[in-house]
This record gives sequence, structure tokens and C-alpha cells, in this order.
Amino acid sequence: MQKNIQINQHGELQHLLTIEGLPASMLHHILDTAESFVGVTEREVKKVPLLRGKAIFNLFFEPSTRTRTTFEIAAKRLSADVLNLNISASSQSKGETMLDTVNNLSAMQADMFIVRHSQSGAAHLIARHVAPEIHVINAGDGRHAHPTQALLDMYTIRHYKRDFHELKVAIVGDVMHSRVARSQIHALTTLGVPEVRVIAPRTLLPRGVEKLGVHPYDDMKKGLKDVDVLLMLRLQNERMQGALLPSAQEYFKYYGLTPEKLALARPDAIVMHPGPMNRGLEIDSAVADGPQSVILPQVTFGIAVRMAVMSILAGN
Amino acid sequence: MEMPDTNLLLKNLAEEIRPAMNGNTCIVGIHTGGAWLAEKLHGMLGLKTPPGLLDISFYRDDFGRIGLHPEVKRSEIPFDVDDTDIILVDDVLHTGRTVRAAINELFDYGRPARIRLAVLVDRGGRELPIEPTFCAFRGVLDEEKMIDLVRNDSGLLELKFRSRE
Repeated sequence: MQKNIQINQHGELQHLLTIEGLPASMLHHILDTAESFVGVTEREVKKVPLLRGKAIFNLFFEPSTRTRTTFEIAAKRLSADVLNLNISASSQSKGETMLDTVNNLSAMQADMFIVRHSQSGAAHLIARHVAPEIHVINAGDGRHAHPTQALLDMYTIRHYKRDFHELKVAIVGDVMHSRVARSQIHALTTLGVPEVRVIAPRTLLPRGVEKLGVHPYDDMKKGLKDVDVLLMLRLQNERMQGALLPSAQEYFKYYGLTPEKLALARPDAIVMHPGPMNRGLEIDSAVADGPQSVILPQVTFGIAVRMAVMSILAGN
Repeated sequence: MEMPDTNLLLKNLAEEIRPAMNGNTCIVGIHTGGAWLAEKLHGMLGLKTPPGLLDISFYRDDFGRIGLHPEVKRSEIPFDVDDTDIILVDDVLHTGRTVRAAINELFDYGRPARIRLAVLVDRGGRELPIEPTFCAFRGVLDEEKMIDLVRNDSGLLELKFRSRE
């Protein structure tokens, strides 16, 4: 897969497909821009005219109400025209290929595609295919990447912890199947977090995960010691059906985040989750709704971060 | 064009504004030079409400040509814009496009009672029907030249000429 397809000849961001390979300065630029957009979303008129007249298509080949909604709100707050296509339910079932769909929408003068697909590499494929004036944002592809989620997580960490350089961050849950975890790991290491831990049962830890610069733990109690930030992952229900996990009760007992386990982390540790949460599976309600949870601020910041990404891309 | 001392201009600008203020007057500076001036004028005029700051990057009319400005500062208006008498401050008035963007942005915060424009220098070259209400210095400057307000480490403001890149 061609890595630098997301950077144009002037060294600017053309597409956002993965965090991997992006310099720290570019990540900080996105986070700084997002900070200005947070100001916009707190005003009476939560809208700026920046992308007036631009057509943004939400291409969701895999259902996701939440991510699609946040992209839609972000686009609308930039004054773009946004169209949502739930493709699994329409043309794909009639036999049209993904690139045919993209060609058709490009012929309708699309300016940007937000792509969610169950296949890793789908957004890359579209980015390589479209005309140079069209921008592509990966909104999650298979197990590969979910860069805007990682960026909003980084925004949230920076908001509460200010500096990345002295943090211990733990990613907890199904790291193996998680595009969110992969993007978070790339973002955290790029931004200079000295200690990134991944905590999961061995069956859910990808082999060779250390090569990404993280420390694996299969004992959550050890892994949470002195941690500043906890990034919980959503456990996909279908994982319960295979041989990877014994049962929901067992999982919750060893890897569910309870107040007792959270007490092992630093007292000012923050708890994050990309949503939607499985309460009583990966996280206890007492933690999810507790004082250390910043799960709802993540959602608010997520809109500003997506506004920042869209406006930076559209201007390049 | 010869430029008088920046601090003298600033003092003159404050004296021009002073009699035109009322109890409802608030000040808003355009990032960066206008924001520095707004801070100074706020102190000189003894205004109680802290000055507002606008970064007009999200309202520029050249986004389609040059993209997003690399450093966008967060706009902060620390008062209710509705029915407020606003003095909008910028360092140098040239084409008027920045002021147009700033007025548009202000209206997304509310409906001000009035907006008046205060600038340190009007250098001519307008491309929009915008004129300053308060202006410390007028002169026509060659299009190839630029005037920038710079601030040194001790907070002192100074107008400087340079050639356009």
C-alpha cells in the first residue's frame, strides 16, 4: 500500500487515511485548529461559512450511526452540503462496485468523501482512484485505521493533560481487531508519549505488537498501575461467539473497568471510550458515569476535530 | 509616506474614541495587530469589560484560493454581543476584506447595537465600501509595500514597512 498518498506534492495533507507516517507537527496543527473550532461550537451560531458550496458525501459501506452523525454535524457547521449514503442498503446490493459508486458521485461534483468500510484499505483505494481535487477521509476501514477517532482522543488527552511527554497511557480491550487501537498507538507514539501499554487477554493481543513501540500486559491490574490515561476499546459482541473469549462474565471479571481496577491508576487518571459502550462488559457504569470519565467531552471535541480535518483538507 | 511615532498615533486614536464612548461600549480587536491595539486601548480608555478577540480565518474570502491559515487562534468574545456598542479595532486598513470578515463573524455572536471601526493607519487601496470611524493616520501606500504592526518583548508596539513577498 502506497504510504504517502495522503501527502500532496507541497507536503500538505491531501487525504486523511491513517495516522501512520504523519509527522507530529501535522497532528499538532490539526489539534490546534480544532481548538479554534471548539470556540465556534460554543457560540450562539455554531456555524462558519468556510466550506459553503462544497459537497461532502458520507459513504458508509458499514453501518455506524454515531460516526456518521458527527461527520455530518461537522460538515454542516462548516456550511458544506452533506449527503449520507448508506451503501450496503442501496447500490452494492444491486451489484454496483465501490468505485462505480465513487465515479457516479464524482460526476455529481463531490468535493470530499468520508468513507467507512469493513474492508481494510477501502479508503486508500478510493483516494488513489479519485481526481486530484477530491479529498478522502477514512472514517474506519476494517481492522486498519480510524484516524479521526485517534485525533479526537489526542485532543481530549491534550485538553486534560496538556503535555504528552510524561504520560503513561493504557489501551484496554480487543486490540487485535481494533482499528481505533492501531490509530491511537501511532498517534500516541508520534506525539511523544513515552509509555503506551496495551492490556488484553493474550488471544486479543496481536502477535508482535511490541514492534509498534507498546508494552503488552495480559494482567490488567499490573497494566493499570500509575497510568494517566485509560483508552477503553469497545468489545465487539461477535468476538464472544468464537474461541477467543470464554464468556462476557469472565471478560468483565478480568478486563472490565470497575472502580476497584481504576483505583490502581493515578488518582487523576482520565477514562476514555470511543463509544458506543457495552456497560457491564468492558466498562462498569460506575466508571462510565463517574468523575474520571471524559467520554462525553470526547464526543463534543470529536466534532471540532472533524471540522478541523475537513477544513484543512478542503483548503489544500 | 512618512510614518509618525506609533505610540503617538495610538494616543491620538484613544483621544478620538474617548468622547464617542457610552456605557455600553465594548472593544474587539482583530488578531494579531488589532488585538494588541485593543488591549492597549482598553487600558487607556478605562473600559471595564475585557476586550474581545477575533481571528477571522474561518470567514476569509480567499479560503478557496489559499486554504486555511496555518495558525488559527480561537476567537474570544467575553461579553454578550446583543445590543452592545462595539468598536472594532485593526492596525492597518487596506482592502477592507478583513473588516468585512470580522463584521460577519461578529454577527454570528449576536446582533450588536452598532459597530464602529477604529484603525491606526488607513493606507488606501479599498476593494469594499468600508471606511473607518476613527483613524489616527491616513496616507496612500504603494501596493508593493506593506505595513505591519510588530510587538517587541516588552510589549511595545511599532509600525514597520516592508516589501510584499
